[in-house]
Amino acid sequence: MTATTSHAPKAQYAPPATAGGKAAEYLDQRLGIANAAKAQLRKIFPDHWSFMLGEIALYSFIVLLLSGTFLTLFFTPSMNEVTYNGSYTPLDGIKMSEAYASTVNISFDVRGGLLMRQIHHWAALIFVMAIMVHMLRIFFTGAFRKPRELNWLIGFTLLVMALLEGFAGYSLPDDLLSGTGLRIAEGVILSIPIVGTYISFFLFGGEFPGHDLVPRLFTIHILLVPGLILALITVHLILVFYQKHTQWAGPGRTNDNVVGLPLLPVYTAKAGGFFFLVFGIIALLSALVSINPIWTYGPYIPNQITAGSQPDWYIGFLEGALRMMPNVEFNFLGHTLSLNVLIPSLVVPGILFTGLAVYPFIEAWITGDKREHHILDRPRNMPTRTAIGVAGCTFYAVLWIVGGNDLIATHFHLSLEAITWTGRVLIFVGPVFAFWATRRICFGLQRADRDKILHGRESGIIVRSPEGEFSEIHTPLSDGDRYKLAVHDVHRPLSIAQTTDANGVPAPRLRAAKLRARITHWYFGTRVEKPTVEEYHDAISSGHH
Amino acid sequence: MSNPEASNHPDAGSVAVQEHGDHGHGHGEVELPEHPFADPGLEPHKPRASDIDEKVARRIERQVAALFTLSALATIGFMVAYTVVPRDAVVNFFPIGAVSASNFALGMLLGVALFSLGAGAIYWARNLMTDVEFPQERHPLESDPQTKADATAEFRKGVEDSGIKRRPLIRRSLLGALAILPLPAVWILRDLGPLPGDTLRHTAWKAGERIIDDNTVSLDGTTGKGIRPEDVTIGSIVNARPETALSSGDDFNNMIAKSAILLVRMDPADIKSQKERDWGYQGIVAYSKICTHVGCPVALYEQQTHHMLCPCHQSTFDLSDDAKVIFGPAARSLPQLPITVDAEGYLVARSDFDQPVGPSFWERG
Repeated sequence: MTATTSHAPKAQYAPPATAGGKAAEYLDQRLGIANAAKAQLRKIFPDHWSFMLGEIALYSFIVLLLSGTFLTLFFTPSMNEVTYNGSYTPLDGIKMSEAYASTVNISFDVRGGLLMRQIHHWAALIFVMAIMVHMLRIFFTGAFRKPRELNWLIGFTLLVMALLEGFAGYSLPDDLLSGTGLRIAEGVILSIPIVGTYISFFLFGGEFPGHDLVPRLFTIHILLVPGLILALITVHLILVFYQKHTQWAGPGRTNDNVVGLPLLPVYTAKAGGFFFLVFGIIALLSALVSINPIWTYGPYIPNQITAGSQPDWYIGFLEGALRMMPNVEFNFLGHTLSLNVLIPSLVVPGILFTGLAVYPFIEAWITGDKREHHILDRPRNMPTRTAIGVAGCTFYAVLWIVGGNDLIATHFHLSLEAITWTGRVLIFVGPVFAFWATRRICFGLQRADRDKILHGRESGIIVRSPEGEFSEIHTPLSDGDRYKLAVHDVHRPLSIAQTTDANGVPAPRLRAAKLRARITHWYFGTRVEKPTVEEYHDAISSGHH
Repeated sequence: MSNPEASNHPDAGSVAVQEHGDHGHGHGEVELPEHPFADPGLEPHKPRASDIDEKVARRIERQVAALFTLSALATIGFMVAYTVVPRDAVVNFFPIGAVSASNFALGMLLGVALFSLGAGAIYWARNLMTDVEFPQERHPLESDPQTKADATAEFRKGVEDSGIKRRPLIRRSLLGALAILPLPAVWILRDLGPLPGDTLRHTAWKAGERIIDDNTVSLDGTTGKGIRPEDVTIGSIVNARPETALSSGDDFNNMIAKSAILLVRMDPADIKSQKERDWGYQGIVAYSKICTHVGCPVALYEQQTHHMLCPCHQSTFDLSDDAKVIFGPAARSLPQLPITVDAEGYLVARSDFDQPVGPSFWERG
């Protein structure tokens, strides 16, 4: 099947002599593993730095499972009140929940407990960040296109699960900071029309904060959501394996092959080594940088608060949305409709996340492209997609930054009101500007590529002709580089040729077709064409290189 | 194929031709490919130093082994540090500051053990294992038409054998039964909590309920002192709770989540609202401490302007004007608690709040 095995002489079966061979023989007689091993051991994976972003997410998840299991051995998921008298004297005699007390104990009385807490927390932050950056990579390179749309949806679900999982875990220690986060969550739930109050009472087991939430979140955090994440990661990876990895365009790299290095030994060593690298960096970070020192916050008491309270970074965008929203509230037929909470915390993220989930299907409908795609797009070659992505990132970034408006105000001595108002303007203007600027930049880069194909690279060598004319020598590209720059598709807008058939009956689904044609004009109306063979020959023979 | 040029020339590969004429740039003759954008095929492998020089390879071997050895030493060191470093020892060094010695030692050793193991493996893979890239074919994921037809036929046979199409009674009753089967999974969650009823409309405050200064409450929360008007100076702020909170035991958090208040004293002339003045006592006014946005406790008081800020989302209330919202996402004023003094001269509530405190909810009206 592979280039190497097809040229290699056929291996001869000999009864196993080594212990490993005998073990493999034992398993094969029961499971028939030789078939799978023959096909998969030397499976090829392409190499590129951006392909390891998802790996970081996977490995930090494994670190989370390991450190989390340790933490469950010492954590007490209970909101029963106890009086603290452990070894951290500043909290001596203070009433607190068992959840908080046991978290303080893990930090001060269990050896390695603080390290495991910090590893768990750092790994969680890195987990969510890796998922997001990985997802951006998939988005901007078009790796979500057919046949990978389903895996995009699985990955999207994983992102949502990771956010939920993170928030649930963050809330377990029942410290002042996480309790405040839960209070905000309660306020958000209460804003849901009709059912909000009921959901809140069912979730908290009555009034906020009640005594049920921590044990309930514990079950969600250590069983339900991680179980789902583990199952989805498994399917996610099986699909990557089965559909084979995408690759960048390049000489010898086509849509019908995958070029790279074999799983055994290269990726076994690289990926296995990378796991230890990720784990090692998280451990070093946890040794050096304190995170979530809950003993300094104190136990949660609903009438206490600290100025400058900040959630974990991945909740920051919701926090910013809440802070930015003007205070709109209606009385709707005798009922309270708090748009000031509902819109920023549920409607805006709902739209953002739905857009993220369905984008591959929208783009597929616009392009009408039914082919399988295994070669990645360079972001510049799909300017509108790239611009939509950057606009979305800008929207998210504005929300995220306004989530820290109080810290920006105190650190930079700015007016809080001015920052919030700037955010309220930028949330609309920023994405539009980002969209426009990104498209311009993409077109510019495409033109640069076109010039490079036609005229070669600038060599930096200036020559003077006998006539006294100065010019720079351009070095022609290698065949491989030229191929790489010219291999992408240039999409064209659609036009509707016939709106009616011969009998004057309107064509079926005319309205959808017209809409689609209009969108393709928006998407592909402005474009940079690839050089043609003639243009190339002209450029070469005119000597401007 | 996504490359029209390449697909026009299935015999991909470039043919170099001589360009005619000299353009006078003095860089010799240019080779002009006939198919300029065709796939030239995989580039030839460039050997690394370790591929051709066994000395280099042996040096790398030693380096990899050194990293693995370092990892093993750090692993042993971790177990030693676990045993010998006292739990409460602190180390202080630039630029991190004071950190737990145990956490520092265990984390560093674990980090080195893991990192050097990983670094060794990757270094080995990059320098000694093969770096000859080779292609594997992809096959379309789609099944061929015959397989699809066969699969469809098998499926039809199965459906036919079940008779589900011919026997609508079975089909409909089965679908009906399956449709309602998940409902108990929702039903059974009913006891997760009590129904809200009017619990969100009431707090622990009632007529004559004494106001207790939070700062006087003992650590166990069972004793605390009342507040006399003369204890509250103009410009000061007092966080307070109802007296019943002292005996609320495990329900304290639920109670305080609604009943927390703050008292401020202003010059009565500074109070802009007659109602606010009437509900207060000699310029002392009591407001709910629970923000009407999403329920954080409001906390940052600006004495000169009488502005009260919620640290969570920066809703700002003017305490001299019925606690109206002057900035931020909160839509409603903080509810005011009417207060007076009792026979012993302590501040007490005159009644409960006249409206629900805290965040809005659908039934609030």
